[in-house]
Amino acid sequence: MDKKLIVRGVTRMEFKKFITYLIPWFILLGIGLYAMYLVFRYGLNHTNMDNRFAFGLWIYFDLAIIALGAGAFFTGLLLYVFKRHEFKSVINSAVVIGFICYSGAIAALVVDVGQPLRAWFTLYRPNAHSMLAEVTFCLSLYLTVLAVEYVPIVMKNRKLKQLPSFLVFEFKLHKVMPLLAGVGALLSFFHQGSLGGMFGVLNGQPFAFRETVLVFPSTFFLFVLSAIAAGPSFILLTTWLVSKISGKRLVTKDVLMSLGKISGILLIIYVFFKSIDSLVWLNKTSPAVGFSAADHYGFAPFGIWILSLEIILLGLVPGLILINKKLRARTSWLLTGAVLACAGVALNRFVTTIQTLSLPTLPFADFLTYTPTWEETAIFLMVIAYGVILYSFSFRYLPLFPQERELHTK
Amino acid sequence: MNNRNKVTQDNQKHPRYGMVVDLDKCTGCGTCSLACAVENNQQPATPDMTNRTGNTWMRMYKVHNGKPFPDSRAVFVPMFCQQCDDTPCLYVCPQNAVELDPMTGIVAQIPERCFGCRYCMAACPYESRYFNWWDPVWPEGMEKTLNPDVSPRMRGVVEKCNFCHGRWQRARAKAASEGRRELREDEYIPACVECCPTEALTFGNLDDPKSKIAKLVDDPNIFKILGRLGTKPKVYYRTTRSWVRNAVDRNIYSETKETVHG
Repeated sequence: MDKKLIVRGVTRMEFKKFITYLIPWFILLGIGLYAMYLVFRYGLNHTNMDNRFAFGLWIYFDLAIIALGAGAFFTGLLLYVFKRHEFKSVINSAVVIGFICYSGAIAALVVDVGQPLRAWFTLYRPNAHSMLAEVTFCLSLYLTVLAVEYVPIVMKNRKLKQLPSFLVFEFKLHKVMPLLAGVGALLSFFHQGSLGGMFGVLNGQPFAFRETVLVFPSTFFLFVLSAIAAGPSFILLTTWLVSKISGKRLVTKDVLMSLGKISGILLIIYVFFKSIDSLVWLNKTSPAVGFSAADHYGFAPFGIWILSLEIILLGLVPGLILINKKLRARTSWLLTGAVLACAGVALNRFVTTIQTLSLPTLPFADFLTYTPTWEETAIFLMVIAYGVILYSFSFRYLPLFPQERELHTK
Repeated sequence: MNNRNKVTQDNQKHPRYGMVVDLDKCTGCGTCSLACAVENNQQPATPDMTNRTGNTWMRMYKVHNGKPFPDSRAVFVPMFCQQCDDTPCLYVCPQNAVELDPMTGIVAQIPERCFGCRYCMAACPYESRYFNWWDPVWPEGMEKTLNPDVSPRMRGVVEKCNFCHGRWQRARAKAASEGRRELREDEYIPACVECCPTEALTFGNLDDPKSKIAKLVDDPNIFKILGRLGTKPKVYYRTTRSWVRNAVDRNIYSETKETVHG
């Protein structure tokens, strides 16, 4: 039965071996589910968050995976709207990764809020001024778009394809793909931006507060830019990783190089605007409310090095590596650039969430630290395990990389 | 249009309640915190709670001047919701669980609407919002101390000081029964103000020039903590000691900080 489900023309490992490889991930999933039960049953006192550290590992993780998952909408936009057909070979994988990132983020959010059953209030009676309301709307709608984009990939399964009605449905869905890609891009633009805006609007937190540009705080645009810069790099990395783990050639190298190039160009643009933003913030926005750079970077371990690391080593350097054609052509440099780009966006989200809450705003408050509990870590690992499991099954039974068959026969 | 908006549109003058905390009078006895907890049915602390996870709407900070004996000085700073007019927590709440009441100027938290995302807590510069990390439990017998005018909050929602909203409701009901629409100055005062043994807290209508608080606010020694953030708090602090002012107020730059001695 298992063999009949595997994509025609490609080979996959033995079923027993496949399941054995997944066992550790299922164990992680199980531990995470138990931690989730504890939090739902006894409350958020099972975390190390507190009245000042109101956001912790989960919110950081949400922001990071949503940024990395931006590869899904951005690749879709490039393929369906800008007609960059070389990305056809990674779009299916990108959609699955996007779906995993977004559904995983929502799962973590559901545990993170105190009364998850009331989350529908936001949709029913939203506060139009709230960035979080915008995030909620766009996230839930975009997850629906991703689910609809996932359906045709599932229907391409060898067995399911034999059902004529499914085939017709898949064909019809395919026709609306450009529209879905456009809607997805619009929704993603707003929620990536709103996630940045969420912190940029906090006029009570001078570390996070930024100047307004066209109604939104500057972080709105910086989050969009950094997400679309790192997204292709993340698709590149995951494709390479899957290829290594499975021992198969999945896409031709020029596709990975194109992803790297786009990432590089966008990173350079991002670094340019991020530098201007940081200068304006440190010299104008923040001093205007009585906070100097020393107030933000005077607390170990969060020195000015963290800003330099983010902008130079994890921004400018990968940008330069990825826009250089010679360097990009060498796999080791291409991967280094992509890893640094993803690490850069992850660090940016860390600074935005964790550093903001660590720093004291009240003149007599202390600098605080926070370490997640085992329950928080277990739920974080659970989301990763869920992603690995879903991706592994999708890779085994669905045509995630259309070029694979061709490369396999070669 | 709801009724509340209608009320703001008529020409009736509504009070704008605020408070002044005299740091020179405060001894840090904590009576205000206790009175607040009892009045507002705050959940009793359990051994698992820490000073960062417990619920204290009225929180007492001890601030030192950082000098060794004999120059060592300390001041107690009661910190609670500053009832900002430009309310950072209100703008961010996705569920409309925070409201700035135009009838009183008080920032209300509606726990029944709150779903515990804690975005408002991240937005509050005063760290004056508290999350219910635990299910509230009153030890046997202690439930008799519950105030019937205030609903206890459930686990997983945010709460904060509301200038004893239950007292305001009661005072309004009493005034209405006597055919009055407006409250007298002494008719509505929060529990902390009533209980403060040194009269360090003054409460009243900031817009009424005859009120005690309006006169106090004109004092040159009055300031707002983090006033430059632009959140327009309605809670003022007062001190005549320059080192205290420097230690608790961001309005003064670090250059002046070095020249001031306790």
